[in-house]
Amino acid sequence: MTRYTRVLGRMAAAVLLSCAALGAQAAGPLKVAFVYLGPVGDGGWTFQHDQGRQGLEKAMGTAIKTTYIENVPETADAERVLRQLAADGNELIFATSFGYMEPLLKVAKQFPKVKFEHVNGYKQATNVVTYEPIFDQGFYLMGIIAGKMTKTNTLGFIGSFPIPSVVRDANAFILGAKSVNPKSTLKVVWASTWYDPGKERQAAETLMGQGADVLSQNTDSPAGIQAAEAKGKYAFALDSDMSKYGPKAHLTASTENWTDYYVQETKAVIAGTWTGNRATRWGLKEKMVVMAPMNVAVPADVVKMVEDKKTAIANGSFDYFGGPIKDNTGKERVAAGAKLPVGDYMSMNWYVEGVEGSVPQ
Amino acid sequence: MSPFVPMVQSTVVAATPLIFAALGETIVEKSGVLNLGIEGMMLVGAIAGFAATLATGNAGIGFVAGAAAGTAMALIFAVLTISLQTNQVATGLALTLFGIGLSAFVGHDLAGMPLPGMEGVTFPVLTSLPLVGELLFHYDPMVYGSIILLIAVMWFLERSHAGLKMRAIGESPAVAHSIGHPVVLIRYLAVMFGGATSGIAGAYLSEVQTPMWAEGMSAGKGWIALALVVFGTWRPGRVVLGAYLFGGVTVLQLFAQGIGLNVPAEFLSMLPYAATVVVLVIICRDPKTILLNQPASLGRSFYPGT
Repeated sequence: MTRYTRVLGRMAAAVLLSCAALGAQAAGPLKVAFVYLGPVGDGGWTFQHDQGRQGLEKAMGTAIKTTYIENVPETADAERVLRQLAADGNELIFATSFGYMEPLLKVAKQFPKVKFEHVNGYKQATNVVTYEPIFDQGFYLMGIIAGKMTKTNTLGFIGSFPIPSVVRDANAFILGAKSVNPKSTLKVVWASTWYDPGKERQAAETLMGQGADVLSQNTDSPAGIQAAEAKGKYAFALDSDMSKYGPKAHLTASTENWTDYYVQETKAVIAGTWTGNRATRWGLKEKMVVMAPMNVAVPADVVKMVEDKKTAIANGSFDYFGGPIKDNTGKERVAAGAKLPVGDYMSMNWYVEGVEGSVPQ
Repeated sequence: MSPFVPMVQSTVVAATPLIFAALGETIVEKSGVLNLGIEGMMLVGAIAGFAATLATGNAGIGFVAGAAAGTAMALIFAVLTISLQTNQVATGLALTLFGIGLSAFVGHDLAGMPLPGMEGVTFPVLTSLPLVGELLFHYDPMVYGSIILLIAVMWFLERSHAGLKMRAIGESPAVAHSIGHPVVLIRYLAVMFGGATSGIAGAYLSEVQTPMWAEGMSAGKGWIALALVVFGTWRPGRVVLGAYLFGGVTVLQLFAQGIGLNVPAEFLSMLPYAATVVVLVIICRDPKTILLNQPASLGRSFYPGT
């Protein structure tokens, strides 16, 4: 009998201990989790998000504890990972890819107390908010540089998929170029992928073969930069500074700084002021869109021009989608002095004047 | 410069890794072994080649490392399928999955590091020729290596004694064994050769085509190489032709977009795969071409007995 009592006693002690552990967890640091599409070393999209996570840790110190899971595909796996993170006691979860939308909403419904943040999404809920950078602001500024640097007046754009946000980037890019060089035209090639270095490189070579001498891209790999470097042409990167892949070719990059947003949201959760059903879009003003250092090849007067426009866009005194804007069939889309309606901005499926071809439907 | 020149150049660069992998697989299949692990061997070759080049700064050493890593992978496959008589299809699939995981694991910390890439070869006089020089004489050494490999494989299969022996083993290992040919040894060598070329194909991706390491960067090229072997009905010349055709269609769809042809992007990216299916259908309509060239014992294990 005594043996069994001892065992029972141990079991009781174990139960008590685990209860104590649970109690400690509730009072401990806020657990914040990040779900990444790629590896943290991808040198692009995921890398920037992880910089944001590290910035958050630095800013919040011991008040929080972060974890991340990398290489999470946009499939049923995402749902499993999100559910696991929620079950593990994470109170705030950042899902950093568009394709996590449906799995995230499903898990969010099952864990109403957990707060979910979804990048680039468009569906919100009481415990789900969305956030995204205004990428086209960066593309407009890069367009200015491109218009000044091109010799052939032909620019190239390697697109991922012809969705409104990407079409908007291409349009902003050529609007920027035409503002300083009305003769410039833009060729667009859709690679039908976010990340396929081989295909992105072929797309870059095709564009250069057809006369483009300054390339931009919204695909994720540095293959386009490498191709431009090999051919002695120029290129812009997205997400991260990719100058190490092409020190001569890389003019600048439109990158993202996620830290401020992550800190703001985490503080709101701790303060209890976090609310759902919000959609945040931040750009140059909030410094979520940040320009990487410019190549020395960019002349000083162009740097100044870009800086001036950056200030003007940030303080709201300049809107590049302000009229008059014609599409590339000559139809007027925005009248002189008018503004582009938000709905048209969000669902843009036409090219502005200066882009060749038409948006694949 | 004509816009067609860069198109041809991109095609050649796109086709080169396919040529290496598919020619290796042709030899493997001609010996009667079906190795579905090309994708895995390519990825392991890619990370090995990338790491070796990053460490030594020498692309040549990278290719040797890629070939060695591919061979090691193939050796695992050979031990399992030839010595231990496991099912070749299942083992090949396992090899691919293993290669994807292994390369991602080993390459975790190497993602995002740049390599300088490989300089093109310059031939005296020839490279500076207008058009012809641009089209034919300014590639990296591996492009010419793939042509040399083609000639070597053609000679080996159709003109050499050893090649004849290997084909005999692929047709009927039992008969070849009974007249004293070392079936197991020759199959081992064939599988390892296929591993080496797949490794080189992978290293070409991470060292030349896009000089960087990215997880799963072969993006299905190993499977395409496998299809090309059937596509070329086990004839090296046709296999290489198929590789160029495939590379060409991939580039063509991007080219068409660049000149503003209004074709849906999804349709264009489907084209290379649709072309493969169409050609496979055409080939299969004539069973004789398949029967004449397909090794009769393909995919079947052989028990040498006692």
